[in-house]
Amino acid sequence: MQKQLLLGDEAIALGAIDSGLSGMYAYPGTPSTEIMEYIQSSEEAAVRGIHHDWSANEKTAMEAALGMSYTGKRAMVAMKHVGLNVAADPFINSSVTGINGGLVVVSADDPSMHSSQNEQDSRFYGKFAFVPVFEPSNQQEAYDMVSDAFDLSEKFRIPVLLRITTRLAHSRSAVERRPAVPQKSFQLPSDPRQFVLLPAIARKKYHTLLAIYESIKYDNRLSKHNVFKDGKNRRLGVIACGIAYNYLMENFPDKGPGFPVLKITTYPFPKDIISDLTSRCEEILVLEEGSPIIEEGLRGILDNSLSVYGRLDGAIPREGELNPSIVAKALGIKSEPLYEVPDVVRTRPPSFCRGCGHIDTFLAVIDALKPSGSLGVFSDIGCYTMAALPPYSIINSCVDMGASVTMAVGAADGGLKPSVAVIGDSTFTHSGMTGLLDAVMKNSPVTIIISDNSATAMTGGQKSHATGRLEKICEGLGVEPEHIRTIVPLKKNHAENVLVMQEEFEYQGVSVIISSRECIQTASKRKKAEASQNLSNEQE
Amino acid sequence: MKSDIILSGVGGQGILSIAAIIGLAAIENNLYLKQAEVHGMSQRGGDVQSHLRLSSQPVHSDLIPYGKADLIISVEPMESLRHLPWLSASGWLVTNSTPFVNIDDYPPVEDILSQIRKVGNHKIVDADVIARQIGSARSGNMVILGAASPYLDLPWESLEIAVVKLFSKKSPEIAELNVKALRAGRNASNN
Repeated sequence: MQKQLLLGDEAIALGAIDSGLSGMYAYPGTPSTEIMEYIQSSEEAAVRGIHHDWSANEKTAMEAALGMSYTGKRAMVAMKHVGLNVAADPFINSSVTGINGGLVVVSADDPSMHSSQNEQDSRFYGKFAFVPVFEPSNQQEAYDMVSDAFDLSEKFRIPVLLRITTRLAHSRSAVERRPAVPQKSFQLPSDPRQFVLLPAIARKKYHTLLAIYESIKYDNRLSKHNVFKDGKNRRLGVIACGIAYNYLMENFPDKGPGFPVLKITTYPFPKDIISDLTSRCEEILVLEEGSPIIEEGLRGILDNSLSVYGRLDGAIPREGELNPSIVAKALGIKSEPLYEVPDVVRTRPPSFCRGCGHIDTFLAVIDALKPSGSLGVFSDIGCYTMAALPPYSIINSCVDMGASVTMAVGAADGGLKPSVAVIGDSTFTHSGMTGLLDAVMKNSPVTIIISDNSATAMTGGQKSHATGRLEKICEGLGVEPEHIRTIVPLKKNHAENVLVMQEEFEYQGVSVIISSRECIQTASKRKKAEASQNLSNEQE
Repeated sequence: MKSDIILSGVGGQGILSIAAIIGLAAIENNLYLKQAEVHGMSQRGGDVQSHLRLSSQPVHSDLIPYGKADLIISVEPMESLRHLPWLSASGWLVTNSTPFVNIDDYPPVEDILSQIRKVGNHKIVDADVIARQIGSARSGNMVILGAASPYLDLPWESLEIAVVKLFSKKSPEIAELNVKALRAGRNASNN
């Protein structure tokens, strides 16, 4: 078949389609978003009837995928790394229940935090949940591993984790396809109790899981991806995990490194592959994108057995994304003198689009807060987090999806007046609603401003579950109807909007202000689409 | 053959279209390719870059090592300087001279241009002016690609074919305008 130029994310999506996927589940999150988007725009996925709707959050996505697996069909769920924290409960328990149809969980890590709040390494979750992990080093491996991951999942009847990082997710390269396999047919679990984690059942299943995790490391679908290549120079041996392998090889374009190299892209693995390397080399350099997981294991708590170098001794920086130059330095390869960035270059942080509704919302918040002398508001994760930057500098928190609401509740308990949260519409339906229910139950004196742009804007304007439902949701959760206010964030409404906010800041109970104007990016896309639709209608 | 290229600009200026066109042309010439893009938050008016690597041999790293880029193609002058540590001593810097000012402390353009002129091999064209002259103000990115084309190890015809291929999805008129912009950029560069 002809090669296709695909992002790592797209290679995973295509790999899933060609592996007989029946359902794709996800909540948008950089750098994982394009996996679902590829399936949504794929004609082949449409022909095959693959389910591909966004979920409210990563937890609901994970559970829906588990439900698809329950019917014997193959399911994939994709999220960014911090999304796996949200989905951790079903993820960890799904290894105990086990699966029916193959289940592959994709977690896209973001070392260097290009678009994230932390740089946690999802490989920890594999070990934590006793779930095998694939960590492809390139786009072709990403495509190929999806097939092995589904087969492995069904053979051992446990979910499988596919861990990628931003660089692979958002880098394009040629990928060769294999012939697609058909989807699985409807087949309920042979044991009706499989998914019932009552303690007596869970204990048995956990016992089985531990045994599976021990034996799975010898399975060829995992072990064939860990490749040892010997070399004559035994002074050094290198363990390179996932994409770090490319950064190593980049430094030896002509003849190869000359020393033994162990490439690790699947976990768990038998200890022999490590001892093969350590027994023949004087020193070991460990290259891992993310946390020093293998390095820590090699060193042990006493850290006195081997000459090991890596992130823990400073040979490689303890934090941040790797690159070929960092690896070159660790190998002692001298760099030629480089051009420097001249002082004239200024930082250019991301900023609100011109005409964005969030701007008018925050300008109103700033003026409404002035009389109280308040230092700012709690906020959340989305484009609107940029209100932390000048000239606004009005938000004092961005922690995790939905935290603005509940932090406002806690701070109100602590005596903060007014205690205000600003949250986006999609973030609100992701994880803000339950916090609002907490506020209602204790009649907390908080004001929740939902900056509603009717889209999941920062990740590219995906459909928001909140669109058209916000007022009813808030009313249904028990907010007094007269304290659910709707405003339109426009310059001309500024004075009126400030007044509405101040009234609700005064109110000693739960109030919600829905500040509603469509994202200008999605609005312009929508108008273009409508115009071309009208044009083609006229031509017909 | 090996060509390592850094593309730079501000989110929304169309560097991914430049990358897509070079990518299509590279595939047409049976080259290996890796292209690292920036998605997400930075696309909102922040600085963006893409590492594009073409080679007759398989490419290992998605990222270009420092000091190894053969070419920096920038649609914005200040952004052309941000990635200088990647440029090799013999590499070329091709940039637009019209600034994109969306920050308060944007430096005087002349200060930026004088720094660009310190780079051994550089080519400065006013892509915005050229794009307006040919009646396609939004095709500045194609003007810059045209201006960089003499330093790209790819046949000119494959670039034109790739532009047509990419923009024909929108309309034949838009494709034609972009080819025109590409040619105008090349002429400006050769003069």
